[in-house]
Formats: sequence, structure tokens, C-alpha cells
Amino acid sequence: MTLIDLANPTRFLALTARVLPWLAAATVLLLAIGLYQTALAPDDYQQGATVKIMFIHVPNAWLSMFVWGVMSIASLGTLVWRHPLADVAAKAAAPIGAAFTFLALLTGSLWGRPMWGTYWEWDARLTSVLILFLMYLGLMALWRAVDDPSRAARAAAVLTLVGALNLPIIKFSVDWWNTLHQPASVMRMGGSALDKSFLIPLLVMAVAFTLLFVTLHLAAMRNEILRRRVRSLQMMQASRVAFSSEMGAASRGQGASKEAGAA
Amino acid sequence: MTALSALIRRDIRIALRVGGGALIGVLFFLTVVVLMPFAVGPDLALLSRLGPAILWLGALLASLLTLDRLFMADHEDGSLDLITMSRTPLELACAAKALAHWLAAGLPLIVATPVLGLLLNLDMVATGAVALTLLAGTPALTFTGMIGAALAVTLHRGGLLMAVLVLPLSIPVLIFGVAASQAVIVGPMTFGAPFSILCALSLVSLVIGPFAAAASLRHGLD
Repeated sequence: MTLIDLANPTRFLALTARVLPWLAAATVLLLAIGLYQTALAPDDYQQGATVKIMFIHVPNAWLSMFVWGVMSIASLGTLVWRHPLADVAAKAAAPIGAAFTFLALLTGSLWGRPMWGTYWEWDARLTSVLILFLMYLGLMALWRAVDDPSRAARAAAVLTLVGALNLPIIKFSVDWWNTLHQPASVMRMGGSALDKSFLIPLLVMAVAFTLLFVTLHLAAMRNEILRRRVRSLQMMQASRVAFSSEMGAASRGQGASKEAGAA
Repeated sequence: MTALSALIRRDIRIALRVGGGALIGVLFFLTVVVLMPFAVGPDLALLSRLGPAILWLGALLASLLTLDRLFMADHEDGSLDLITMSRTPLELACAAKALAHWLAAGLPLIVATPVLGLLLNLDMVATGAVALTLLAGTPALTFTGMIGAALAVTLHRGGLLMAVLVLPLSIPVLIFGVAASQAVIVGPMTFGAPFSILCALSLVSLVIGPFAAAASLRHGLD
């Protein structure tokens, strides 16, 4: 089973119908293990129990960037290989990525309240995640602005790739701007010197959240394919009604059946 | 080469004549800058501290405002289809169009900067620094914004959508443009570092912009 076999939406639907229950079960299991380990993890000597927000915050932040990466690969699939499911994958990923980014911002802000004494700090990391969130919203606005999915797909693919090139530049400039304006970084975290009792639950949670994304993404792709089928069936029906009322509608019927074939 | 220079000359001529609207950008720039003192108060010391930021924001918004004309008029009268089908590479044609747009709409903003600096109580050196950073930075705004203009014309949606897509991409230019101007006025760091990064951003967008715009035109217009 290669990637090109999945170009047939029916085959993709059949495969995902078999895979999805297992993926969902694995996600639930890993999330349960991760949350259990998180509950058992010791409190930080400086931050107390609030350090446990980290186990939710870090996986969300990791996924906020990972999802853009997935969308970039899907965009390459749209523009270069013209894979029929690539634009479905890109479209389905955008709202999920935006949700993870929003959760990363929200948990970061809730974590910041006891640590820094304020919900929002113009910290370099928070700021660049906020910009990433704005770009997700812009991308979703672009998807919603056009009713023809293939036309929107190509525009969104160009924007996603430009965003992928620009995100490191934005990250770098925000870091630079932040060090210019703030005397010292407020963020105090172990970084790579994280203790094992924190590291293992964190890794489990990261894998669990990644599985959660894969599950949600495949389910959203199924929904998108079915939604497009419903749309082309509706258009076929509408053109049939138009055909019976006037003969001149034959050309529109052809257009709709071509679209049905594409979906 | 003659095709490209003809394209540049044509675009500048259209932009400067009646109905072109390139100079409306300068008027908008002037109005935005004049509005600022009404919002923050006529305190000259505060205005001179905020001056570079106000000028940069005004220039950013003004260059964004004029951008949706970059491809729209050509798309309406069909000449964009001719440009797409011609033997000149579309990437070079896009670069030429953006250059013409910058000459017609971006350069007047820089010429207007000294007058506006006077209104914001900036001294000679500070005004010169802001004008220099605008000269180095506005090409980046035009060439990045061109991607948004190309997307907007293929989707038949202009205006607000384009602004939402382009503005996050222009954050680095804003950061380094204002930082370089502030470095001259208050210090403490040198002018050279942020200014060279600003030039680098312009050069990078000079490469990325035409390719992305040409890709979106090529995939979107059929």
C-alpha cells in the first residue's frame, strides 16, 4: 500500500475505517497512562504543583508547530505531485492546528498567572505562538473565502509554504525584539536538564497528543471527503432539476458530473 | 529585457495618471500620521519618542492599502492573462511589476517622511534614519505583499482578506525597521546590526515574493 494507492478516496475511506478505532483506543490508553504519571510526578521545588500545567502545555506547543509541518507537506503534495487527497489533508489540519495553538496559548497564560503574576507577558515564545495562531486563523479565513475547493486549495498551499519559510524568520526576529526590550528572560525552566520524573510523563503525553492529532486528522479528512461527495451530489441533483425545466442546462450538468468524478 | 522595462514603464505610467491611485497612498500615510497626535495627545516629547514607530506603522498600512491594485486592474482588463502567457518568465514579470509598484507607491512615502518627521518633532538625524530604514525596508513590504495580492486576484477577494494574510508576514520588517531607527535616536546598540538584517529581509523577500506570486497566479488563473 503506497501513498499513491490512497489517491482513490474510496480506498482511503475503507482503510481509515479499519484503522481509526485502533488509533482512538491507543490515544485513550496513552492519554490515561500519561495523565496518571502526571498526577504521580513530584512538585517542582520552585513552582509547586503548577508545574503540572507543563504536561499539557508542552505537547500542545509541540503540535502547534508539527501541524504546520504536516500542512506544508500536504501543500507540496497539492502543488508538486497533485495528490488528490493532499488538499483534503491540508484543509482538515488547519482548524485542528489552530485549536492546539490556542490551547498552548491558553495553558501558557494560565501558567504565567502564578509564575509571572500576569496572564500575558510579551515573552518571545508566547508572542511567536500568538503570531502562529493569527496565521492559522488567516489560513482558515482563506479556506472559507472561496467556495471552489480546488481553487482554494492551491491558494492555501502557496500561503502555507510561504508561512513555513517565514515562521523561522518571525521566530528569530521576535526573539531578537524581546531581548532588546526585556532585561532578562522571565522564563525559568529546566530545559534539557529536566529531571527523569518529569521527562518520562512529558514524553508519554507528547506521543499521546500526537496520536490524538493523527486520529482527529484522519476523522476530519473522512468528513471532508464525505462533505465534498454530498456537495457534488447536491449539485448533480440541482442540475438535473434545471435540465428538466430547460434544455440549455446540459452544459452545467456536465460540469457537475465532472466534479462528482473528481470527488 | 526590453519586455520587462516596457512593463515597468507602463505600470508606473498607469499608476501615476488619473485613476492610478498610487499617490493616494501618500495621502493616507499623511492622514494616519496626523491622526496619531489626536490619539496620544500633543505632547512633543512623547511624540518624538513614538515618532519612528508611528512613521513605520503608517508606511506599512499605506503600502498595504495600495497593494491590491497590483494585479487587480490588469486582471480586469485581461492584460494579466497576456503577461501570464507571454514568453517572459512569469517570475520576472511579477518582480518587474512589484518594482514598478514600489517606484510609484513606495518611493513617494519615503519622500514624504521628512515632512511628517517635522510634525512628530523628530530632529534631522532621526528623520534621516527613519527615511533610510524605510528605503531599505519598504521593498520587503511590497514584495511580500505581492504574494497576498496574487492570492487575492486569483480568489476574486481583495481588501481585508489580503491584509489578514500579509500583515503577520511583515512583522520582522517592522521589528528591525523600528529597531534600527530607535538605535540612532536613543541607542544603546549600533545602527548597523538591525539595518543589515533589514536589508537581508528585503533581499530574501525579493527572491521568495516573485516565485510565490507567480506560483499562485499560474495555479490560480486557469
